[in-house]
Amino acid sequence: MIAIIDYGAGNIFSVKNACEYLGVDALLTNDPVQIENADKLILPGVGAFPAAMDKLEKAGLVELIRREAQKKPLLGICLGMQMLFTKGYEFEEREGLGLIEGEVRLMTPKGLDIPHMGWNRLIKNRECPLLDGLGDDEYVYFVHSYAAQCADEDVAAYTDYGTKVTALVHRGNVYGAQFHPEKSGRTGLSILKSFAAL
Amino acid sequence: MLAKRVIPCLDVRDGKVVKGVKFEGIRDVGDPVACAEEYNRQGADEIVFYDITASHEGRGVILDVVRETARKVFVPLCVGGGIKDIDDIRAILRAGADKVSVNSQAVKNPQLIKEGADIFGSQCICLGVDAKKTAPGKWTVYINGGRIDMGLDLVEWVKKAQALGAGEICLNSIDADGTKEGFDIDMLNAVCNAVTIPVIASGGAGKLSDFPDVFEKTGASAALAASLFHFGELTVGQVKDELKAKGFPVRCV
Repeated sequence: MIAIIDYGAGNIFSVKNACEYLGVDALLTNDPVQIENADKLILPGVGAFPAAMDKLEKAGLVELIRREAQKKPLLGICLGMQMLFTKGYEFEEREGLGLIEGEVRLMTPKGLDIPHMGWNRLIKNRECPLLDGLGDDEYVYFVHSYAAQCADEDVAAYTDYGTKVTALVHRGNVYGAQFHPEKSGRTGLSILKSFAAL
Repeated sequence: MLAKRVIPCLDVRDGKVVKGVKFEGIRDVGDPVACAEEYNRQGADEIVFYDITASHEGRGVILDVVRETARKVFVPLCVGGGIKDIDDIRAILRAGADKVSVNSQAVKNPQLIKEGADIFGSQCICLGVDAKKTAPGKWTVYINGGRIDMGLDLVEWVKKAQALGAGEICLNSIDADGTKEGFDIDMLNAVCNAVTIPVIASGGAGKLSDFPDVFEKTGASAALAASLFHFGELTVGQVKDELKAKGFPVRCV
């Protein structure tokens, strides 16, 4: 059973829909017991970094997620991926979950617009189980203005948007997708399926 | 680099696809969910439902269509047609759409763009525009499905919409629509040069070469077509293969 952490941020039904489509057991929950009992966690998120951290704190989930991520696979999606890092700088400096060393800063692609919105190509940086079965011409769907800066060894895949943009991170139990696998067609479903199969 | 997007649009009335679709293997050709699934299989980068339901009572039906599609199709979904206020936008997004396309009501009440963008984010708010040429280098905006000339200058309108927070513009050329003679290159250039947000070309697609043509000659980031795909004259896959062969970045499935 995958617990999709529901802390009141954005449209999380599409993540659940994708799990159901794949035949993967998943529930939307903010209940600590269900989160503790789940085999895996997905942390979704749309919106702004500080507001989402506030919501996680109010729901009493910050320490719980930090603790559970030591024991089982966790996948952060979009803002949920950004919150995995040490710090965010959306509107204000704000501490994240700190599960992966790094910072989330406003993108400044030369001559290109933000948000970075649309389909962009995944470029493999190193082996990652979530990329199993995927080729080298895979596109995924991005919608974001901020991006993670972290050690190269934690970057499983990046994308090219004027500069290298962190797309998929992996460190131990912790995975994060800047793009939306639940909106990325066959490629995204493959990534979610691989996560469910960990 | 972002892929150029190919977007099929389905006109839906009272929960049924309006134009006849000739897809092989789909029993109910009027079923928008089945059509969306087929477009997804063909590699559509996004799917647009354009709701032309006239009656107020029938308006809820599109929500069921979106809900059902969102369970089966995992690419961005956009819904346009008849959106009047924030409640309409909220209901559509909650049903599982990723974007709404506002058109007539945004002309009548431009604050709808700002409110929508403030509450849901610019990425959710696409401005649909129907425009027609009035003089060389001049176009005006029409509302109510291209029936009423608002005397509003197209370039001024799209600039204003961007400033209000629109995340994208879907530009339909009334002159080109239905002609199958290609996209309206001049109009698209006028708009692409006036805004920095993505522009979707709509109206006029009639053959394979129209797609590389619009991306060669304009800054459009996506091309939309309805009847061309409805009637099975071309598949989304054929269009993408052609774009790829011409060197454009596209997502092939």
